[in-house]
Amino acid sequence: MSNDAMTSDDRQITDGKKRYAAGVLKYKQMGYWQPDYVPKDTDLIAMFRITPQEGVPADECAAAVAGESSTATWTVVWTDRLTACELYRAKAYRVDPVPNTGAGTRTEAQYFAYIAYDLDLFEGGSIANLTASIIGIVFGFKAVKALRLEDLRIPVAYLKTFQGPATGIVVERERLDKFGRPLLGATTKPKLGLSGRNYGRVVYEGLKGGLDFMKDDENINSQPFMHWRDRFLYCMEAVNKASAATGEVKGHYLNVTAGTMEEMYERAEFAKQLGSAIIMIDLVIGYTAIQSMAKWARKNDMILHLHRAGNSTYSRQKNHGMNFRVICKWMRMAGVDHIHAGTVVGKLEGDPLMIKGFYDTLRETHTPQSLETGLFFEQDWASLNKVMPVASGGIHAGQMHQLLTYLGDDVVLQFGGGTIGHPQGIQAGATANRVALEAMVMARNEGRDIWNEGPQILRDAGRWCTPLRQALDVWGDVSFNYESTDTADYAPTATASV
Amino acid sequence: MMTNPNQRVTQGQFSFLPELTDAQITSQIEYALKKSWSIGIEYTDDPHPRNTYWEMFGNPMFDLKDAAGALLEINSARKTFPNHYIRVTAFDATRGVESPTMSYIVNRPAKEPGFGLVRQEIEGRSVRYTIHSYATDKAEGERY
Repeated sequence: MSNDAMTSDDRQITDGKKRYAAGVLKYKQMGYWQPDYVPKDTDLIAMFRITPQEGVPADECAAAVAGESSTATWTVVWTDRLTACELYRAKAYRVDPVPNTGAGTRTEAQYFAYIAYDLDLFEGGSIANLTASIIGIVFGFKAVKALRLEDLRIPVAYLKTFQGPATGIVVERERLDKFGRPLLGATTKPKLGLSGRNYGRVVYEGLKGGLDFMKDDENINSQPFMHWRDRFLYCMEAVNKASAATGEVKGHYLNVTAGTMEEMYERAEFAKQLGSAIIMIDLVIGYTAIQSMAKWARKNDMILHLHRAGNSTYSRQKNHGMNFRVICKWMRMAGVDHIHAGTVVGKLEGDPLMIKGFYDTLRETHTPQSLETGLFFEQDWASLNKVMPVASGGIHAGQMHQLLTYLGDDVVLQFGGGTIGHPQGIQAGATANRVALEAMVMARNEGRDIWNEGPQILRDAGRWCTPLRQALDVWGDVSFNYESTDTADYAPTATASV
Repeated sequence: MMTNPNQRVTQGQFSFLPELTDAQITSQIEYALKKSWSIGIEYTDDPHPRNTYWEMFGNPMFDLKDAAGALLEINSARKTFPNHYIRVTAFDATRGVESPTMSYIVNRPAKEPGFGLVRQEIEGRSVRYTIHSYATDKAEGERY
């Protein structure tokens, strides 16, 4: 096969004089395409989805991505010869056509390109440094029409340079004294406009009614209608009052997101001083800020919740940007304890198999390759703590059997509207959710087929729990059945070939 | 009297459901045993949310095969401490967990007075909170 869409005849030029003569070479000729390369255990491997420009062969595109994300520039430079350049050069070693793209399909040809990077290309413990290479400049590179980072295999040696989640699922549960069931939360609504006093009311009612957590929304920081100190003070009054009313540990994710690190530290310190178990940040604060807050959280016995605000700007479309599973990996390394990772059944994007891949990435100590869930590589998590996924957005008590089946026990189920919108009030909404959850966990443990019997299990519980019956009457039939945009490229039967 | 929806302490994974029957307790134990988790029975008359270490009614039953054995122990604990909180905890020894994986209350006092919230007003608008169990004003063993 040569000179077609996949490959070109250009070979790596090995003669030093020719290779380093001034001028412009193809990336393949420069040595960024090495089909015989066998990745080392210590290599970081990135897998990109490439949509080449018309007439550019896929292997040259892959070589270009390898080049521009490691040592190359557009022209030959002799100063390469002062370095161990063979080592530092990223190596594209494999290109596969993406199933169901190209001639005869509705999608233009795409390719999966595998690129290996030597460990020494990256600074330990720095997501910023890793990403500056891997997603630094290549996404604007002209030779590719579109580019998407699909997955990463991170070597154990590199993982060991990261702190990982400040608290982790196991310790979070121990601190909360809550085992054997998903945690329950709700986001305070309306997300904008409430005064501190009114806001705390919603928090108190939800927690007293049966939720474990209430939550600030991503854009509640310190606005004219409610400054942050007011929110923190009233929320902690609500948390402690609800804790006394129930005998349970309760929490409210106090969002410390702010314009500067100094401001965030100040807010986090105040949250700690008030006795909060958990604080919150938004993904938009950036990788370095997230890592700093994770270090602070570890040092101060604080659970760190991350809202993935902004991620869909680059993770939703299939041909360009990066897959959310990569964000999951980076956030586990960066050290957050919670991350919103999809609901399957709610109002936001989420194919069941893709979401499973995200959840496995966050919660398992080791993930095998699984093409159907989008995990292209086996990954050993090297004892990094587990991240608690958060399912939030358009979910309600009537879906409890589906949520438990899809998402399992180690997850925070967040019913915002599904709590606060209850016809009999917020406490009743919270109680409906807690009863639905406990009834479903009990039934599952008893060996019942909750996928099919779920609606009946809920109706039965609704007979003795009026708030649940009312919730089912209002929301029982609400569903969000839209086609997902981010789906697997391989059918569940496909066999692994890496 | 507690004023939350169930008017009782809602620690544990099934506190919002009606009291578990012996048959229900048995099937939950069977679920744990199937997963190779060990069952522990603990009791207390200090249900403060931060009271981690309830008294152990014997060590966790590591080599238990039959749920009936655990139920026997639970009923024995109930007989010895009829007015205490008694909880069943499942322990998972798997690497990456090594922590409790289930916890539910199987006995509680007839009357649960609950907790008061003590507020110590400090600098500015800040308050230092203490959750105080009414029952613990009496000596251990004389509370419920």
